[in-house]
Amino acid sequence: MENSRKSSLVLHIGVLALLFLLSFILSDYHQLTITRIMVLAIFALGYNILFGYVGLLSLGHAMFFACGLYAAGLPVYYLGWEVPSAFLFAIVISAFSATLIGAIALRTQGVAFMIVTLMFSQVAYLATLYFSDITGGDEGLVLPEHARSFAILGMQVDLTSPQTRYYITLGLLSASVLIVYRWVNGGPGREWVAVRENELRTRMLGYNTFLIKLKAMVISGTLSGGAGATYGLLFAYIGSTFASIQYSIDVLLFTLLGGAGTVLGPILGSFIMFYMIDFFSGYTTAYLLATGVVLILLIVYFPLGVLGTLRKKWRLWLP
Amino acid sequence: MSYTPDKMTDKDKRKSLRKLAGAAGIAMTAQFSPALTGHVLGSDRPIKVGMQLHRTGIGASYGRWYERVAVATVKLINEEGGINGRPVELVIEDDGTDPRRGAEVIEKFATQHKTDVAYGTLFSHVVIGSSPRAGELKLPYYVVSEGYHVASGSLNRYVFQPGITDVRSQIASMAPWIATNLGKKITMIFPDYAFGHDHRNYFSIAIAEQGGKVLEMIPVPPTESSFTRYFPRIPRETEVLYHVLVGPGVLTFVKEMGQFFGTRDRPRIFGYIDSLEAVDFATPQLEFLQGTHFWEAFPRYAQPDQTRHDQYFRHQVGVDQNGASVSDSRDISAYSHMFGCWETLFIIKQAMETCGYSGPEDRQALIEATESLTGFAESRNHPQGSKVFNGKIHQCFGIQHISRVEDSRLKVVHTTSIEDGLYEPEADYTQMAL
Amino acid sequence: MGLGPFLLLASLEGLVQAAVLSLSALGLCLVFGVLRVVNVAHGEFHMVGAVIAWSVSHVLFGHPLLGFLVALFVAPLLVGLIAFTADRVILRKINHNPEATIVATIGMLYVIQQSVLIGFGPDARAMEPPFYFHINFPWFGYSGYKLSVILMAAALLLMVWHVLSRTRLGLIMRATQLDREMAQVFGIPVGWVYGLVFAAGAMLAALGAVLMAPIRQVHYLMGLDPLLMSFIVVIIGGLGSIRGALLAALVIGMSDGIISMFFSPTLAKMISTLLVALVLIFKPEGLFGLRKS
Repeated sequence: MENSRKSSLVLHIGVLALLFLLSFILSDYHQLTITRIMVLAIFALGYNILFGYVGLLSLGHAMFFACGLYAAGLPVYYLGWEVPSAFLFAIVISAFSATLIGAIALRTQGVAFMIVTLMFSQVAYLATLYFSDITGGDEGLVLPEHARSFAILGMQVDLTSPQTRYYITLGLLSASVLIVYRWVNGGPGREWVAVRENELRTRMLGYNTFLIKLKAMVISGTLSGGAGATYGLLFAYIGSTFASIQYSIDVLLFTLLGGAGTVLGPILGSFIMFYMIDFFSGYTTAYLLATGVVLILLIVYFPLGVLGTLRKKWRLWLP
Repeated sequence: MSYTPDKMTDKDKRKSLRKLAGAAGIAMTAQFSPALTGHVLGSDRPIKVGMQLHRTGIGASYGRWYERVAVATVKLINEEGGINGRPVELVIEDDGTDPRRGAEVIEKFATQHKTDVAYGTLFSHVVIGSSPRAGELKLPYYVVSEGYHVASGSLNRYVFQPGITDVRSQIASMAPWIATNLGKKITMIFPDYAFGHDHRNYFSIAIAEQGGKVLEMIPVPPTESSFTRYFPRIPRETEVLYHVLVGPGVLTFVKEMGQFFGTRDRPRIFGYIDSLEAVDFATPQLEFLQGTHFWEAFPRYAQPDQTRHDQYFRHQVGVDQNGASVSDSRDISAYSHMFGCWETLFIIKQAMETCGYSGPEDRQALIEATESLTGFAESRNHPQGSKVFNGKIHQCFGIQHISRVEDSRLKVVHTTSIEDGLYEPEADYTQMAL
Repeated sequence: MGLGPFLLLASLEGLVQAAVLSLSALGLCLVFGVLRVVNVAHGEFHMVGAVIAWSVSHVLFGHPLLGFLVALFVAPLLVGLIAFTADRVILRKINHNPEATIVATIGMLYVIQQSVLIGFGPDARAMEPPFYFHINFPWFGYSGYKLSVILMAAALLLMVWHVLSRTRLGLIMRATQLDREMAQVFGIPVGWVYGLVFAAGAMLAALGAVLMAPIRQVHYLMGLDPLLMSFIVVIIGGLGSIRGALLAALVIGMSDGIISMFFSPTLAKMISTLLVALVLIFKPEGLFGLRKS
């Protein structure tokens, strides 16, 4: 047990180190692509806490992503905030809205939970369109020049530099992975899995399962919002596309593909899916066909995803 | 802004340009002789033009024609020796008519395909979403969008719109005619995003200058599919209904407008051809449009005084005298927009030849060369008509037409002059750093 | 325009909306009632129905009525076939597990939508109405075909009602809905019934689409709206209750028609979606649910 835990930690750190080393050899294009993928991977990490560990399938996580995106972007655009303060603000707002939505939506479960989250997210999406005087609607807003660099700890950070963006994203991803890793291997993780496996029994053992689920929801929503804020600030654009149902589906797909309930699964899923769609879009405009086919194949044949299947087959020690 | 119509014939002009380019080439060779071998080796490497195309999404019907025109233009340019002796290669990426995807496509052009320029976008929200990335990646970005966003100064130094007049100018040149001939109490129906907001903002100003007034503004989301519910908001005392719409529902929109008015008294109707771009006027239920007016940039139905340039353009892009595809008479072109793709490519060629463009390291020179252009004479390369180009706001200004529907065809009844559409520039991109 | 004519126009629009919606929502409701699954690809069956209707009327030269009548049979049949195959090939493999089915039908949504994009193209195309006459009210005009859609939808609903309540097929469906194991004991091939019901649900969506196609343009992305509206109807009506769903379709269709004339349609959609989510949370048996769950 002690041994496997050590090798598992080594694996996680190894993956992050590999991503760091990659930054030296990647072409411009792949560096940019992987930056994007890593942001989406943070989003998927967040999603996975709810879906993979607590067993709650949300169809509305785009609303948290968009929440972070707008909470970071709007103050920058209208109030001239600096990037770091906007980022922190977005984290707080995301946590707050996740608490609020969780408190309402968690009264349902199963299919009802899926539909309720889908509808809440649809309302959020429509709201970004309806308040287009503020949000810019479909057209979106381009963040102003002053938000393309910021000073922190006496260092000037230039967000127009691809390398800088890569390292910032990698830093955030590493932090997220390590936090999630600690949580799922600690007390909270055991509580989550207990709820997933048998909520009734957990409740009878004296746990407040609603609170356990709410806690997971808040962490999940906050990570998703953080990813949204990162995306908006790094690429200086916020728009309602990010709130659309497509983003809720994508993150589900990343998680399912990589393996729900594994820390590295969502990251792997993001990489495979992103590159697959990129590849397909070179051949057909109907590249979302890949999304559909992969979803069906996964749910019918590999509901555990890549890492989940590996873990089951070879009894690996992946957390 | 001064503009003297070019008296040279096309042929003369091409010759002189080629000379100019040749001279520039020699000058460069003299200056950078060590680099000579590299240039010679790389000389048959094509010039890559990245085309951001609305192949899917709400702009698809425009995208189809933008692609056909761009392909035809590149073919012609290559048959005539390419640009600076190098062939031109069109790299096309679908942006799904989505600003987020548009920005990614720009990045793909700059970092993966390593195109020399980006080109071709229509929908204004995609232009607005993509421009910052083009600016940061220092990729010259030539759009064919009509929106006022380029000329307004809200984008950056790398974005140009040299091949199609912007909405503000179009409106300014037509408002006097509308006020004089149709009426002064206007109700506007327009798409609820950037392009529609340009109409809203600048038409109300332009009509006020003519002593007119906008009674009611009715914004419609561009993804809407049902429109009857918007029409009751048209006030009874409206004299002119000004409509402009884009998106997959345009035909439904116009049909439902006809149903709503029925055979009762109705206001006069003035539309932007956008509301029926790529749609056949002979479609059932459009009979009510008889006698109404449309703005056109380039008359869809060949007029009696058709120029030989128009004839040539139609032939090259495969469009018949009725503005339909020569291979399928039911496939109507986006005739009032797509000429911009043709003209813009020739402008890119002209600018590249002016600065002796040889590769991405010359992109800044290309920007300055484009800014130094002052206008384009009506010619084969500019079949829509002569244009003035203002390098400070990166925008061109051309003539516009107002056409009346007669027997399910459009007949030009008024043509504006370039001067009618000029306004005081509000920006100067040349002051921005490269 | 005065308030009276305004309300009249709004009610007409609402009735047309309700007519088509009731067909489509009935399909979703039937599938949920018998299979206990939510079909997210339902809107795409609607879209495919419209695309087939357009193609049929496009291929058949001659009077548009001919194309329309043929489409009225061909579109539901083909769509039913697609749905039946999808059920046998995909949903049966995951035992109609409710959550897995949602994911699988999301996959189907993309596959269907994107295949249509490849085959039919990205353009919105107009289908000529089978007949057209103009109705002139003193305040506004209205399409005669649109009014007839209300009657046609009512007739089709009556037929469906008849099948469900008066035929052996309907009896088998209801038996399966009430008690799956017992139905199996009585020799009902439950697997086949599931496939047939799934197909029937899709066919109803396609029928609504054929009626709708001459009113709105046919487009590969047109499926999302009917899907969300049907969701709303089925939830308000009480999941699986057919009478509730029909009542809800009428109420939702009408109120959507009226509200969106007074307010922005986007706002109307926002409010109704939010209210429905809250109904699902606080009153899961639905507002018109006739069976308590």
